[in-house]
Amino acid sequence: MRPFDYVEMRVPAKSQYVGVARLTISGLASRIGFSFDDIEDLKIASSEAVTNAVQHAYAEGEEGEVVIGCALYEDKIEIMVADHGQSFNFEETKAKVGPYHDQEEGAFLREGGLGLYLIETLMDEVKVHHQEGVTIFMTKHVEGEQVEKDVETVSS
Amino acid sequence: MNIQVDLTESNNVLEGFIRGEIDAHTAPVLREKLETYQSHQGLKAELDLSDVNYMDSTGLGVFVAFYKSVNANGGHVKLKGLSARLKRLFDITGLGDIMDIESAGKGGN
Repeated sequence: MRPFDYVEMRVPAKSQYVGVARLTISGLASRIGFSFDDIEDLKIASSEAVTNAVQHAYAEGEEGEVVIGCALYEDKIEIMVADHGQSFNFEETKAKVGPYHDQEEGAFLREGGLGLYLIETLMDEVKVHHQEGVTIFMTKHVEGEQVEKDVETVSS
Repeated sequence: MNIQVDLTESNNVLEGFIRGEIDAHTAPVLREKLETYQSHQGLKAELDLSDVNYMDSTGLGVFVAFYKSVNANGGHVKLKGLSARLKRLFDITGLGDIMDIESAGKGGN
């Protein structure tokens, strides 16, 4: 048995589906036990990645699809967003995605602007892969289970 | 997953209430409405974001563009009523230091 549950979504590369993807990921994340703030971070990061894919497809004049793959572990979520509409073998693609190099990805970073900056800030690990389109691979760990238990004593 | 933008202007003072979610889909609606006013000379704009329950970089982009344009025309933009989440988004992108932002919570963090 593999150590994670895998959920894949395929949506048209249109902006009205960004919110749908965001809400689905929010639902998945709450199942693993992420805190409210972490779920909000995940919603923003996944929206940024899907928005990026949608805008990329739009710029190319394609009526493509965006594929969003989520691997749900006990203590983390891995999200992969691809703008080329091909369903992926999650493990295979994950292995191909290289570490994120500032210099190499400079052009992409500028293109993605604030969006990619936010993804990097809000997620624990981010990788970008260029081949047959762009694939963003990002990870967030469930943290502070203790905090979760003590949440009632923390005033907001 | 929708947005409601109410803008009223009188004597070059723009009052705005924005409700809902600002993302790639709804940001163009907001941008278009704000663009109507952004080149008025000396515009004083106050936008209330207390009912914005989601925003990402597309929203930041709209507010930055509006801020730049209003500033270039001798005006001022104030964003108010921001939730801690929204305020954080402006802060981690460094925009919190540049723009006039008032968060909803008073006192504490």
